Amino acid sequence: MTTSASIPAPPHAAPEPGTVEAPRRRRIAAARRSEGRSGLAMATPALLLLLLFLVIPVLLAFGLSFTNARLISPNPPRFVGLDNFVRAFTADPTFLRSTLNTFVFALVIVPVQAGLGLLLAVLVNQKVRGVAMFRVIYFVPVVTSIVVVSILWQFMYEQDGLVNSFINTITFGAWQGTAWLNNPSTALGAIIVLSIWQAVGFHMLIWLSGLQTIPEELYEAARMDGATPWQQFTNVTWPGLRSTMVFVLVTITIAALGLFVQVDVMTQGGPVNSTTTLVYHAVRKGYREQETGYGATISLIFFVLVLIVALVQRFLTREKD
Amino acid sequence: MNRGSLAKILSMSAVGALALTACGQAGQGGTTSEDGRVQLTMWTHSAGNPAELEVYEQIIDDFNASQDEYEVIEESFPQGAYNDAIVAAAAADDLPCLLDMDGPIVPNWAWAGYIQPLGLPQEITDSLLPTAIGTYQDEIYSAGYWDAALAVLARKSVLEENDIRIPTIDDPWTIDEFDGALDTLQDAGYKTPLDIGAEDSGEWWPYAYSPMLQSAGGDLIDRDTMLSAEGALNGPEAVEFFTWFQEAFEKGWVSSSGTIGNEEFDKGEVALSYTGGWNALPSLEAAGDDLLFLPPPDFGKGPTIGGASWQWGISSTCESPEGARAYLEFSFQDKYVTAFADNQIVIPATEGATEASEYFGPEGDLRPFVELSQEYALLRPETPAYAVISSTFEKAGKDIMNGADVQSTLDGAVAEIDANIQSNDGYGF
Repeated sequence: MTTSASIPAPPHAAPEPGTVEAPRRRRIAAARRSEGRSGLAMATPALLLLLLFLVIPVLLAFGLSFTNARLISPNPPRFVGLDNFVRAFTADPTFLRSTLNTFVFALVIVPVQAGLGLLLAVLVNQKVRGVAMFRVIYFVPVVTSIVVVSILWQFMYEQDGLVNSFINTITFGAWQGTAWLNNPSTALGAIIVLSIWQAVGFHMLIWLSGLQTIPEELYEAARMDGATPWQQFTNVTWPGLRSTMVFVLVTITIAALGLFVQVDVMTQGGPVNSTTTLVYHAVRKGYREQETGYGATISLIFFVLVLIVALVQRFLTREKD
Repeated sequence: MNRGSLAKILSMSAVGALALTACGQAGQGGTTSEDGRVQLTMWTHSAGNPAELEVYEQIIDDFNASQDEYEVIEESFPQGAYNDAIVAAAAADDLPCLLDMDGPIVPNWAWAGYIQPLGLPQEITDSLLPTAIGTYQDEIYSAGYWDAALAVLARKSVLEENDIRIPTIDDPWTIDEFDGALDTLQDAGYKTPLDIGAEDSGEWWPYAYSPMLQSAGGDLIDRDTMLSAEGALNGPEAVEFFTWFQEAFEKGWVSSSGTIGNEEFDKGEVALSYTGGWNALPSLEAAGDDLLFLPPPDFGKGPTIGGASWQWGISSTCESPEGARAYLEFSFQDKYVTAFADNQIVIPATEGATEASEYFGPEGDLRPFVELSQEYALLRPETPAYAVISSTFEKAGKDIMNGADVQSTLDGAVAEIDANIQSNDGYGF
């Protein structure tokens, strides 16, 4: 592509005849066309899938959210204007609570999981014996199914479960734990801890790949200038991790806002709405209670909120040149 | 990549798509077998339940051998995925001819046009337990071979030791007596005296606890109009019952943890267990002659237990409803009903089958369940709104169990149910 960059773009029609450059141009144009075709061919499967499972559903959801469409009903859906949106914001306290929970979850998860991932990455980046073993240990939860993890942690969080007996032992019986998932004030926290434990290994790995792209010479130079390890981190490591950081933040945010499986398996949104999330609420309303139209409304609101968050994040992490 | 391979990919995907469409059509009934019989497809929710499947296979074999016009082909699904499979099949216009369904969902599917009026001869439907029949708008849409019943399991020795009166069907515990008994048992050393299975989820909640609400004078919906839950689910009787329910957890009479099933009772960790007949055999083994099947307590308006279990219907798209009817008629023979009852430990739906049953006959160990079902069984409201009522009731019940304010939680549940009924134009009522 380097050659074609210096040549003005040929028109799509055949180039004017008679010019000296014509045969060469034609060759390049043909090459380009063939390149474009194979590019299109390679992109087609992905584009088709995106169209089928992303673009069309989003458009459908947009349309459905203004109707009272039901999953099971002999009556055809009817246009109801903004009724569903009014209902969500004025007559559905569970929806408002779901929004709050979703953002609380994301606000805790994003910094803690990213920070912990970076800490682990720095630790397993040390050149000591057996470091591969630690990498594997931190990564194991990531390859375990989240459903399995949720069921196991559900047992651990019981009144007489592993977590409480551990607390009991290390405090010599001074502090009794609660039934974590049945207590409205601890349930969301319990799900946060489990979620971080499960996913932190993945982001550790991404941070690690970022760390290993920073050339060793920079550290050598810094050491020769007498930089302390902390100064090395703030002046060499952190600036070198910038693009990794953006990627980690975006992926964690998206995953956190989409919280569903843990809630569905462990608490079903309870106790007293303390763990219900937007995605869970949309599934409960739209599918289990068969109100497709209202479920679509919730999804649409969720989509807009995520879009806003993503745009804000993009603005905050933009290259400031 | 050149044009040739692109064409190849496209044609291959086209072939794949065609193959998938062909698969999608495979389930439709009305095809004929090699020997010219009309094939009737049949879906059950019983995968993973060999005791039940065995009887179905027996019936199907006998039916297929008894005539040469129809051939029933059975396919079974795990219960957890069954309703989803039906809804998906209905959306794809691909329902089987014969399908089974849980009693309370029948009005919803009838309203939605999934199933057609059953049309079995009246002498068959009249011979069945009223709770084994599913109706919508006074029309019969489904019929089942059995029903289930709930009881309070207890050990005679434990009650006598603690001077607790043993209730009978004619003279059940009043709620005050019941509260006293739970207190006594707690003082006697049972950390949690009663197991009501609150660790379970899904349909168990309305099935087990809405009868208590009805016994207290409340209900899930106003059954006269079927249009609103106002006053039924949030009236003073309902608030009184749910306050009792909440306090039972606070006092430690019951607990929301533990294992699903009757294990705690069998091991003697709890003194009383509110559970279904399907759990009775292991308890009988554990407690022997000491075991009592007691009626649930009377919250004011007489004890109530839930009625209706899985039943059979014919889909509205079935191309040979006469064949499906012929099969169902054939299947409602007492010997099959007895076989279901004794294989699965459920109450037989016909009198003849009950007499012949090993467990539920006049001398059977589980006979009390038959009497409980006859005396106290009440159907869950027969309205298409039940799907929403069930999910809302479970959520409200769990919130109250976890300490939410009773009145406002119930008001919220009523608002949710009423909004749903309204947005569905009253579900045909």
